[in-house]
Amino acid sequence: MSTAVKTQKLTMVQAITDAMATMMREHDDVLVLGEDVGKNGGVFRATEGLQAEFGEQRVIDTPLAESGIIGTSIGLAMNGFRPIAEMQFLGFIYPAFNQIMTHASRIRSRTLGHFTVPMVIRAPFGAGVRAPEIHSDSVESLFTHMPGIKVVVPSNAYDAKGLLIASIEDPDPVLFLEPMRCYRSHKIEVPEDKYTVEIGKGARLQEGEDISLIAWGAMVDVVKKAAKEMEEAEGITCDVLDLRTLYPLDRDLITESVQKTGRAVIVHEAPGTGGVGNDVVSLINDTSFLHLRSPIKRVTGHDTPVPMFAIEDHYLPDAERVKQAIIDIVRF
Amino acid sequence: MEVQFPIKQILNEDGVVVNSEFENEMTESLTKELYIKMLRARMFDRKGVNLQRQGRIGTYVPFEGQEAAQVGSSVVLKEGDWMFPTYRDHAATLTYGHSARNLFLYWKGYPIGCVPPEGKNIFPPAVPIASQLLHATGTAWAEKMKGTDRCSIVYFGDGATSEGDFHEGLNFASVFNAPVIFFNQNNGFAISVPMEKQMKTKTIAQKAVAYDIPGVRIDGNDIFVVYFETKKAMDHARSGNGPTLIEAVTYRYGAHTTADDPSKYRDQEEAKRRRETTDPLLRLERYMTNQGYFDEAWKTQVEEEITKEIEQAVEDMEAFGPAEITDMFNHVFHTPTWSIQEQFESFQSRMKEEV
Repeated sequence: MSTAVKTQKLTMVQAITDAMATMMREHDDVLVLGEDVGKNGGVFRATEGLQAEFGEQRVIDTPLAESGIIGTSIGLAMNGFRPIAEMQFLGFIYPAFNQIMTHASRIRSRTLGHFTVPMVIRAPFGAGVRAPEIHSDSVESLFTHMPGIKVVVPSNAYDAKGLLIASIEDPDPVLFLEPMRCYRSHKIEVPEDKYTVEIGKGARLQEGEDISLIAWGAMVDVVKKAAKEMEEAEGITCDVLDLRTLYPLDRDLITESVQKTGRAVIVHEAPGTGGVGNDVVSLINDTSFLHLRSPIKRVTGHDTPVPMFAIEDHYLPDAERVKQAIIDIVRF
Repeated sequence: MEVQFPIKQILNEDGVVVNSEFENEMTESLTKELYIKMLRARMFDRKGVNLQRQGRIGTYVPFEGQEAAQVGSSVVLKEGDWMFPTYRDHAATLTYGHSARNLFLYWKGYPIGCVPPEGKNIFPPAVPIASQLLHATGTAWAEKMKGTDRCSIVYFGDGATSEGDFHEGLNFASVFNAPVIFFNQNNGFAISVPMEKQMKTKTIAQKAVAYDIPGVRIDGNDIFVVYFETKKAMDHARSGNGPTLIEAVTYRYGAHTTADDPSKYRDQEEAKRRRETTDPLLRLERYMTNQGYFDEAWKTQVEEEITKEIEQAVEDMEAFGPAEITDMFNHVFHTPTWSIQEQFESFQSRMKEEV
């Protein structure tokens, strides 16, 4: 008798496809809709093979209209279906902002639970893949600020599958952000069967004593690289956290880590002002102020639009900037 | 386009039948039912305005003049159908079966006012203009996928046709052949902006051509044409033929809301003249008189019954007690997140201290 979990090596984008297929096989009410998601399999191939397996009634090429996709998905979700709506890029979600802000996120609240919107909005996001203008925005905080929707960001294939399944099973709307830089950067073992990663729980990727490094999405790899180099060069050990969910934040994990290390650097590629990093700072202030040995530092994108890709590397936080922040704080 | 999309009428302003297509179905009992429902809507509306004036509810949105459009289109719905009103469509929601008490509570700022009775799929009034067209399309599309014969009706005004969601709603519905009735009440004004500044087209019905769906332009103050054309569109939708755009040409006699002063932007004589000539209730009274079955004693009796019902609803509204404060916290998510839970607990302890 073997209890070994059967796994396969998948990239993140393959794990995302696998999560949708897993749920669609199990539940007839799960639908996929968006632009080019059918025959084309999505511009990143995240829905590849789904239409062939589940048919045009369940994997639906919609007209090219983001508000229309989200707005009709709200209607589908209120009436017995669980739509997974794909935005081609997070930077294209703005026409649908009204639908998400005034309807998807507050229908449960407005109707005291009479109507609900169990939908997932998937959106590739983030810079660093040499994408054209507007394709690289990281506007997660527009949605963490929005009451009534959860915001999830995996950084690897395992979490992507587990979190996407958890998002589809969630009774409320979830914005599922997919860092494009991580789509094909790693291939890791992913269980073939269904499993979930709990929404609202971060992960400690590496134990350390001197400083907490807190990141999500594509910045997780940047932070891991910085942590490795700091340990080798300076003997500074970092407690590396991948938040995985941006609303609700994993307060226990952040608190435990910062109370242990007494120091924190938060890294995100979105602009610093109004970024989720500020919520993490506030959380640490609320829970761990007297444990701090130095001020908290944020390493973020600039308060500028994400520039065109010839200069985007100068916008994005990199391991060098993170290392400098670590040194500044440890030597404070 | 005005030639291609003429305003259909069954009753003219004098209550004379000008189109006998449905005359067999225009029975005394149907006529009286429609009349009673319109009268009920009007009396509810006038009560709403009065309650606002007396400070017993907040800002109220009156619909007087649009009773035929709303009653005629909603009375044909069946149990399980979906209704997506704006904030001016409580004649429609009331007729479909919303509770008068909850409608008053809505205008009193109570969260429970958004909750429809069990079995009535009535969405809360859409505030962002035209956004609800997509929900109607989505719910209708869901019914189609489930294989039922249910449909959605969505209300919106002339101003809403300028919004992107109007186009997206009609386009999605036509592409997916969703059983939805797009019921436009063209009352000529988006608050103060008249139709000719809103669009270059002379009709709204003609916009259906762009989506290759039926577009019908009707006299929105003629209850019979509203009733029969909406029924036709619903039968069309229920039998799998997709959406219809109906433009009901009407007029609101009063202000945009109780906080609005229409004398600033339109001729009040016009509203007065229209009340005398085009009023949907007067028109039906004229028809009933012509048919020989309208009498004032009957009307008085009906009014008394409606008054009783509405007074009871007002009483129930006022007896409801304070709004449930915890509603604010309890329904944001199925299970509150830690931040909401903590804010709730902190709120509760503040409340205890105050007591």
